[in-house]
Amino acid sequence: MITLPFLVLFPAVIAILLLLVSADAWRRLVVKAGALIIGIASLYLLFITPETGPGFFPVEFDSISELMFLAEMVIAAFLVYLGIKYKKYLAIFLVVAQAALLVYYESLAATGTHIVPNLFIDQFSLILALIIGIIGSLICVYALGYMATYQEHHPEVRDRRRTFFFLMFFFLSSMFGLVFSDFLPWVFFFWELTTLCSFLLIGYSGTGEAINNAFLALNMNLLGGIAFVGALLYLAFVSPGGELLNISTLIHSGHMVALVPAVLIAFAGITKAALMPFSAWLVGAMVAPTPVSALLHSSTMVKAGVYIIVRFAPVLTGTMEGLIIGLIGGFTFLLASAIAISQSNAKKVLAYSTIANLGLIVACAGVGTYKLVWAAILLIIFHAIAKSLLFLCVGTVEHRIGSKDIEDMTGLIVRMPHVAVMMFIGIAGMFLAPFGMLISKWAAIEAFIEAQFGLIFVAILAFGGSITVFFWSKWMGKIISVCPVAAKVENRIPQEKWIALSLLTAMTVFICLAFPLISSYLIEPFVLSVYGATTRLSQDNVTIMVMMLFLLMIMPFSLLWFRKEKNIVPPYMAGRPATPDLHFLGSMGVTRQVTLGNYYLEEVFGEKRLFMAGTALCFGLILLVGTLTAGVAL
Amino acid sequence: MILLEYAVLFIVLAPFIGGLLAGIDRKLTARMQGRVGPPILQPFYDVGKLFQKEQIVVTPSQHFYVLSYLVFIVASGALFFAGGDLLLVIFAFTLAHIFLVLGAYSSYSPYSFIGAERELIQIIAYEPMIILAAVGMYMVTKSFFVWEIMTSSLPLILYLPGVFLGFLMVLTIKLRKSPFDLSTSHHAHQEIVKGVTTEFSGPMLARVEIAHWYENVFLLGFIYLFFAWNPLVGIIAIIVAYLLEILIDNTFSRATWKFTLKSAWIIAGMMGLVNLGVLYYLSGVVPV
Repeated sequence: MITLPFLVLFPAVIAILLLLVSADAWRRLVVKAGALIIGIASLYLLFITPETGPGFFPVEFDSISELMFLAEMVIAAFLVYLGIKYKKYLAIFLVVAQAALLVYYESLAATGTHIVPNLFIDQFSLILALIIGIIGSLICVYALGYMATYQEHHPEVRDRRRTFFFLMFFFLSSMFGLVFSDFLPWVFFFWELTTLCSFLLIGYSGTGEAINNAFLALNMNLLGGIAFVGALLYLAFVSPGGELLNISTLIHSGHMVALVPAVLIAFAGITKAALMPFSAWLVGAMVAPTPVSALLHSSTMVKAGVYIIVRFAPVLTGTMEGLIIGLIGGFTFLLASAIAISQSNAKKVLAYSTIANLGLIVACAGVGTYKLVWAAILLIIFHAIAKSLLFLCVGTVEHRIGSKDIEDMTGLIVRMPHVAVMMFIGIAGMFLAPFGMLISKWAAIEAFIEAQFGLIFVAILAFGGSITVFFWSKWMGKIISVCPVAAKVENRIPQEKWIALSLLTAMTVFICLAFPLISSYLIEPFVLSVYGATTRLSQDNVTIMVMMLFLLMIMPFSLLWFRKEKNIVPPYMAGRPATPDLHFLGSMGVTRQVTLGNYYLEEVFGEKRLFMAGTALCFGLILLVGTLTAGVAL
Repeated sequence: MILLEYAVLFIVLAPFIGGLLAGIDRKLTARMQGRVGPPILQPFYDVGKLFQKEQIVVTPSQHFYVLSYLVFIVASGALFFAGGDLLLVIFAFTLAHIFLVLGAYSSYSPYSFIGAERELIQIIAYEPMIILAAVGMYMVTKSFFVWEIMTSSLPLILYLPGVFLGFLMVLTIKLRKSPFDLSTSHHAHQEIVKGVTTEFSGPMLARVEIAHWYENVFLLGFIYLFFAWNPLVGIIAIIVAYLLEILIDNTFSRATWKFTLKSAWIIAGMMGLVNLGVLYYLSGVVPV
């Protein structure tokens, strides 16, 4: 089947093409055509994915592993060069350590028998591929409009848009490679490519802050990469023939052999998914242009981290190690949600909410019963759509009002009505019934009750879930405040942005209607093939949710009826004389204007305090799981 | 099994029960304060009068949020009495409350804005305990469906005494009783005027009031679940619980948001979680 290699290689071809094309008109054409083809090709996967179990596609090209090794060495040399250039010695050390381990691994593997690596696809890979192919390419289209404005607004940043789009598409390419690879050394190769792409994209603007944050991301991900090579080495020792290097055989080989590599790879996943104590890199990555954040948060990078942990969930389930990894996820969910309350920068709120949700996914995958894996996959889907929509909305707003602070978004419903409605839907998608994320949290609560030690996670979900209500609602409240002094600024938004925004909004709503289908055609067959059992929401509940959704969609029409309201009065100002634009006579005879600010509850939910607590707690848990695993390995 | 007839009964009867309850509440409160108090039917007269008033708004979109609040309160209460999934009921109630909060935000008024923020703090204060209560009921009856919990012959209260106490604590918040009436209050005087409801008037305010009646009936239904094995005990428990709430309302002064949040969470942790933990441990020892 040609589609899998096509999806891995085609975005790379587009990427190279974009590196060569410098005229803006041509770039637009290539990006749009490329995105369209990638989107269609990923949809085509729906027809070629087998209904049960994975489908394997052998790759008839011998020296591919050697080429990958060569590429890895070139990348290492490149990173060392950058490390010397910016005097980042820790990064150099980590790169060299990882490269040395890799060379050692190759020397071991070269003596063993070679198996023929396969590309493979099953329903889970398919879901990820759809997310990458559709959402990822929509973000690339959006970036066309965004980057043009970005370069206008930031004349100090050198215009490296060719490199930028090269990296964006190359990122998609490596993500496709990652989800289609069955052979772990290949997974590792693509894993390193995503690390490299994110590193370069975060440092795009070239400011000191961007460079520092890029190296922070690099260091943390290299740490995970080293653990990943450790897993490869371990497997090379226990199975010199290399059979266990395939994910499909490894996860069915029983806890005894698979546990150590599973934990090491889960550690790599934790660094990539930016769970505590590694959450700092994802927050730091906010210095990058917004499409990069959208890409990192929704369809690439962090999703690679949770993808691999969910893959290994069958190995982790029922073990102490799995439980502790789940706890790292659970505490990350709770604390990152709480930190989000204290943030007023919209991108940081989104970043912490992403970290929280990734934590929840890892909590599900770490405990790893079949019901929880079902919930985890559902979370991955819903999160990808709603979060990319929110990032793109924030990016659009940022360019029109010149700020990404939530406090400056007062009355967005008046100033940018369409974008505000889309943002509203995106936020609703993140936490309200009957939208997606809530369905998954609900499923997770039900599944955790039955799991071992599940009560801890139920408590975490009960508290963490209500915390998320707070920060999302107050943001919603800000944008829907009908501020009497606001002027409309929703013009001059490029067409590319509108395309991406409207499609993602439609998907956020559509996916809630379609999720029973997605569950029964994609998620349930996967869970069934891995665990031999599966789950779903009861029919009654699905019916009620669909009814709620329709009710929600009907309600806005009531505005047509109420629109003719004539008696409009200014808000109550405690009897003080106030003008219609809310100026009032304050004390000492000074005229002031009303300004309203949200609560951030710094004292209780301050970032510094909770971040320290989370880092300490999760670092301790990682040490614990490391000790336990070392005990198993020796 | 969804029992539609009970849902219809709830939709028709709840406003009458809720209004009557409010009337009795006011009468008892007045007596506790040494006043004669209004007639029992006063809440109905009030709401009737509100409907006759001319509607004024700060922004027409307030209508949308308030109507959605009412509709979703009714829908989730109906789902509860029809025997639906308890967690879904709780989430639907949260959705309804978010609409009330958004309605307060939409007017860009200083007082309702602070009310909205406080209402959100109240939501995060009470929600964990309510979810834990549902989880506790699941642990005993092995079902989230209200009709299965209702028909279970097990005396839930004996398994879940801590959860019940925790629920009573958050009930004070939900019923908007002092000391936890931060966001809006039944009492005439409050430092932030009328909080979330400051900018609602006339028929719109009447809708908020009716939604509150519906909600109170739902909450009493929730109390009943703990005693469902014996209807008589259940009704007595509801009456005692409500009287207790009125007493608390009249004896405590208003707390700060920080105290509210901390005490609600500590109670949820101490009462709810410890209770569930013991239950969880025991279920391994003795089959529940």
